[in-house]
Amino acid sequence: MSMLVLEDVHTHYGKIEALHGVSVEVNKGEIVSLIGANGAGKTTLLMTVCGMPQASSGRVILEGRDITTEPTAQIMRSGLAIVPEGRRIFSGLTVEENLHMGGFFNTKSEIRKSQSHVYELFPRLKEREHQRAGTMSGGEQQMLAIGRALMSRPNMIILDEPSLGLAPLIIKQIFEIIGHLRDEGITVFLVEQNAHQALHLADRGYVLETGKIRLHDTGKNLLANPDVQNAYLGG
Amino acid sequence: MAANNYRHALFCAIVTLIISFPILGFNLEAKGINITLTGATTSTIIAVILAAVAVFVFQAFRDSFMVMLGKLPNLNPLAGKEPMEQSKRVKLESWVLTGIVVFALFWPFLVSRGSVDLATLVLIYIMLALGLNVVVGLAGLLDLGYVAFYAVGAYTFALLSQYIGISFWMALPIGALLAGLTGMILGFPVLRLRGDYLAIVTLGFGEIIRILLNNWTTLTGGPNGIGGIPEPTLFGMEFGRRIKEEGNTSFHETFGIAYSGEHKVIFLYLIALVLAVITALIIRRFMRMPVGRAWEALREDEIAARSLGLSRTAVKLSAFTIGAFFAGFAGTVFASKQGFISPESFVFLESAIILAIVVLGGMGSQLGVILAAIAVTILPELAREFSEYRMLIFGAAMVLMMVWRPQGLLPMRRIHITLNKQG
Ligand SMILES: Nc1ncnc2c1ncn2[C@@H]1O[C@H](COP(=O)(O)OP(=O)(O)OP(=O)(O)O)[C@@H](O)[C@H]1O
Ligand SMILES: [Mg+2]
Repeated sequence: MSMLVLEDVHTHYGKIEALHGVSVEVNKGEIVSLIGANGAGKTTLLMTVCGMPQASSGRVILEGRDITTEPTAQIMRSGLAIVPEGRRIFSGLTVEENLHMGGFFNTKSEIRKSQSHVYELFPRLKEREHQRAGTMSGGEQQMLAIGRALMSRPNMIILDEPSLGLAPLIIKQIFEIIGHLRDEGITVFLVEQNAHQALHLADRGYVLETGKIRLHDTGKNLLANPDVQNAYLGG
Repeated sequence: MAANNYRHALFCAIVTLIISFPILGFNLEAKGINITLTGATTSTIIAVILAAVAVFVFQAFRDSFMVMLGKLPNLNPLAGKEPMEQSKRVKLESWVLTGIVVFALFWPFLVSRGSVDLATLVLIYIMLALGLNVVVGLAGLLDLGYVAFYAVGAYTFALLSQYIGISFWMALPIGALLAGLTGMILGFPVLRLRGDYLAIVTLGFGEIIRILLNNWTTLTGGPNGIGGIPEPTLFGMEFGRRIKEEGNTSFHETFGIAYSGEHKVIFLYLIALVLAVITALIIRRFMRMPVGRAWEALREDEIAARSLGLSRTAVKLSAFTIGAFFAGFAGTVFASKQGFISPESFVFLESAIILAIVVLGGMGSQLGVILAAIAVTILPELAREFSEYRMLIFGAAMVLMMVWRPQGLLPMRRIHITLNKQG
């Protein structure tokens, strides 16, 4: 069963085309990793799924529903959540208020439940509950960004470079959490620079090069692929 | 220096110019086809421009200035002090507010009629500023035409009373709802615009409404305005010497006391006080509800807020509509207090005064807004006696703002306090 399908998607920023016909499929319960160099269009691909910007042609299908031209607000309320590039937490709000923003469209009791679930995953956030989010460390902020995305109890979570700028120990922790999310039944679509760990964890992977899918295979096969090793795994 | 800094500095300089209007008592007046600035001598204009330039330079090179200031810790009394705990601060604010309200309840019986009248005006400005604070302070939408909604409230009451003889208590919700509706209708197309464009378009709206009122002579009486707007009644009791409305009784006869013009003034003051308290409480409620957090979230990071499923237009529109609603509320009270309104009461200067209150009040804090409303309305009255000190007051206000609000006027952070909980 597919969770998310992109069919021949083209995306433009003004007149510049950033995605030149991309097709990707993510099945339910999978972790799919997307790797690619800086500027390849990874963020653009993820944001196209969210409708910011919308695809200029092609189709985006979420759980069998064509969402290509749906407004972002509607897409993001239908079981999809994103951890955006650069975290983008609300730095003036407290940790708890950030989490509550993530569960904005849920009932109070649902919010309470998902909040304690997030605190189980990240005990650190519980300790910092009333701290202003902007004053936390990079790793804590990334945990908050993931926690905030989980608050809406999504069926699918999209993560854009969650390991960016973090220390190896924290990265390891975050990848463990991502694996744990899959075990809970959440479908994961992951963009990473950290290709080795991302492919290791993934069921399948895609390689994006200048707005086009160059390769796609199981995570294991991509790790063993000499081209991938040369370009993304440091030889 | 980042381009961002430039824009921010430019913005602060413009806000400074706008604020200088009410504080220095300037006024733009149309004389024939020309618009002239009254109440200002050439030297004050030059001083204001210099002040705006100073703010621009300060904001543009803020970071280096703050480093220099940091080396002189004795200058800033707040330096090195632990900020108060959030919960303590909220509690303190509530106590201070309650104290002010209790004092305000008894105060009119001790002072002159003129002071009570002025205080009623202060209360109207408090309502207006609390409403605009939602739009500018919380949602971060720079609305320069706020006075339009004030006018809608006032004219709704004036027209309804003239044509169908409606009472104050009926007009109050109708005026507020109509103003809110106007806000919604005007807001829908313009809230997609970025900050600076939004400011210009709302400025235009404010003027359009005023010009409309001025020129639609058959309905609004044009520049002659509308008079004979009834005063509020207390359970059907009127405060005038003679009863105007069939079926009403008169206050002084009911209670068997001698007629006094003061009753009416104090009654109006108390109504304004109650309505101002209601306004503050309702807006406080909104601020603590999810929608209040949504305003702040969208202001802080639009992409993040949208990625959580928030609709940009809906969130902004809710703030805009609520702000307009309370402007209409205040407008109805104003019309009733004056008994007569004309387009001249709703010029851009009014928007500037209300914005000045919100900015001076520190954007976001209700106590700040209330104190600033008192200061800004009463200062010109005091300044009439001490007019030679106006520049001094203005200068002092600017210096205070630059030192105490070094983060600038518009990236309005709410004050948030870190709880150091680590073991
Ligand atoms: N808002 C925008 N306006 C115009 N062009 C953009 C915009 N965002 C991205 N681009 C362009 O689209 C291309 C793809 O950018 P994108 O951010 O998707 O790359 P990426 O693969 O996520 O890179 P990185 O690994 O550095 O995050 C780049 O050439 C970029 O300059
Ligand atoms: Mg990217």
